[in-house]
Amino acid sequence: MSFFQELTDREHVFEFLTQVQSPVDVRHGPILYLEDVNVSFDGFKAINNLNLTIDDGELRCIIGPNGAGKTTMMDIITGKTRPDTGSVWFGSRHNLLTMNEPDIASLGIGRKFQKPTVFEALTVFENLELAMAADKRVFPTLTAVMKAEYRDRIDEVLEMIGLEALRDRLAGILSHGQKQWLEIGMLLMQKPRLLLVDEPVAGMTEQEMERTAELLTSLAGKQSVVVVEHDMGFVRSIARKVTVLHQGSVLAEGSMDQVSNDPEVIKVYLGEEA
Amino acid sequence: MWLTRPLQERSTQIFLGVLFSALVVVTFLHLFMPQDSALHVSAYTVTLLGKYLCYALLAVAVDLVWGYLGILSLGHGAFFALGGYAMGMYLMRQIGDRGVYGDPVLPDFMVFLNWQELPWFWHGFDMAWFAFIMVLLAPGLLALVFGFLAFRSRVTGVYLSIITQALTFALMLAFFRNEMGFGGNNGLTDFKDILGFNLRTDATRLGLFIATGIALAIGYVICRGIVTSKLGRVSVACRDAEARTRFLGYRVERVQLFVFVVSAMLAGVAGALYVPQVGIINPSEFSPLFSIEIVVWVALGGRATLYGAVIGAILVNYAKTVFTGIMPDAWLFALGGLFVLVTVFLPKGIAGLLQKRRKAKADDDTTTGQEATV
Repeated sequence: MSFFQELTDREHVFEFLTQVQSPVDVRHGPILYLEDVNVSFDGFKAINNLNLTIDDGELRCIIGPNGAGKTTMMDIITGKTRPDTGSVWFGSRHNLLTMNEPDIASLGIGRKFQKPTVFEALTVFENLELAMAADKRVFPTLTAVMKAEYRDRIDEVLEMIGLEALRDRLAGILSHGQKQWLEIGMLLMQKPRLLLVDEPVAGMTEQEMERTAELLTSLAGKQSVVVVEHDMGFVRSIARKVTVLHQGSVLAEGSMDQVSNDPEVIKVYLGEEA
Repeated sequence: MWLTRPLQERSTQIFLGVLFSALVVVTFLHLFMPQDSALHVSAYTVTLLGKYLCYALLAVAVDLVWGYLGILSLGHGAFFALGGYAMGMYLMRQIGDRGVYGDPVLPDFMVFLNWQELPWFWHGFDMAWFAFIMVLLAPGLLALVFGFLAFRSRVTGVYLSIITQALTFALMLAFFRNEMGFGGNNGLTDFKDILGFNLRTDATRLGLFIATGIALAIGYVICRGIVTSKLGRVSVACRDAEARTRFLGYRVERVQLFVFVVSAMLAGVAGALYVPQVGIINPSEFSPLFSIEIVVWVALGGRATLYGAVIGAILVNYAKTVFTGIMPDAWLFALGGLFVLVTVFLPKGIAGLLQKRRKAKADDDTTTGQEATV
């Protein structure tokens, strides 16, 4: 394309405008490193020398009492909160501390908030359609056409989250659990490398919890999944490796049996429940 | 293509069918029925219907931003009036030396104010193409600047409504001033002809009525095209969960800006078609009350349906014509009462009533279908 044509082409994206989007480098194993991270709010140390490593394809559960810094940690990873000191890397190439929220999201970190938010006036299918990775500027969105490959991708995710039968129903009529799954589905449409899931089973029935456990374990391997959860039974049912946070730093890490027998953990957390 | 998609859709086909049949029937009754027949539609009625259609287009524009984007604009009258003024300026320049003072260039009110030459912004309006572009550009540009500032600062909800209200009020005060150069409180009037056709003849009035009908059809298809596209679904997403939409990677403020500007331009076109039919444009079109009235039409007809806005605008304005004829003082009470009744008993407006009926029928069909399979 000649230079002049480039200038007049409406769709042309100049090189200097595109951020160099190199693939996430996970050759060294871990997909997420947090090192010596500190955050304080008005003198209160929410995160205190936190060190955490998540391997590629791992399913990790993070537990801890209220105020342990779980949500703040998620905020740091997604770029919502900037730590005072420390470093946060995605793979061994991307320094998350230099990036903003949309960039981090497009790099492949999806976050599921505690309260399910789906678009209630749209159908399940349309919810997934909007979440799909695509050109999201105004005019491309206006002229977007539903292609067979998109439809296949959406159907694939619908099957994963088990909502095929509700494909054309409005998201507003879904149960609480179904909304949670739909939202996880919306994250999956963006093909994330790392999923951060905040309390996925809060308010769910026993059966819904089981389905959620199946869903999350089936995702691990393809994606890395970090689950923050209060419900110990649920954590026990899905966890391979558990990290216990307490007062902004890691108290213990290991299998569920290991951490639940750790005297420190029993003292600060499990002890409360017993 | 997003613009042709609505044409394949049943609701749009029905809407266009009804609209075009109405145009044909009115034209037929006007032209071919003898004057003394009860079925004859007078030129006065044709112009009145043309006015309703302008209001209908304006209501569609408001429904696009309110129903689908969740932006309650209480200042759409401003865009309507700007389109109207652009058309009015063209019509003023068309008068030429036939004005009361007979000045070949200056409109009467400027001669009256002892102005020696045409203000810079009046240049070009002697050319129809320029004026017609300005009909789109003036409201579009105002909406672009206003929307850019408002949406970028994430002003939404009731705050945005209040600012739009302030916008139209400020413009009203400005246009009331003689120094602005838009004729002050008298506005622009005494038009003679449009594109060479005498505005006083019945044929021109009929032509304007048909042009308004076609503009409404095009405006409706554009809006329908937007709301049935993926962008329309993103708009609904912005309306219901703005933060979530942003999190999915959409630039919410740009979506809002685009839809808002389109809506403002449609309102401008409605205003431009309104002015030659009523024969005057003055600052009262900027009055906040008028903008609120538009919202009432949409609410009555049914939000987020587009055709509901058309029904609401026509019905309310018909009622207004009748009521202000019988007892002028009671109209505002009637409008208020109507609004209260509809909000209480028909929260989704008249369109909601139609939908409920259709849905009940569809449910009947599916249950019988299920029984058949069982």
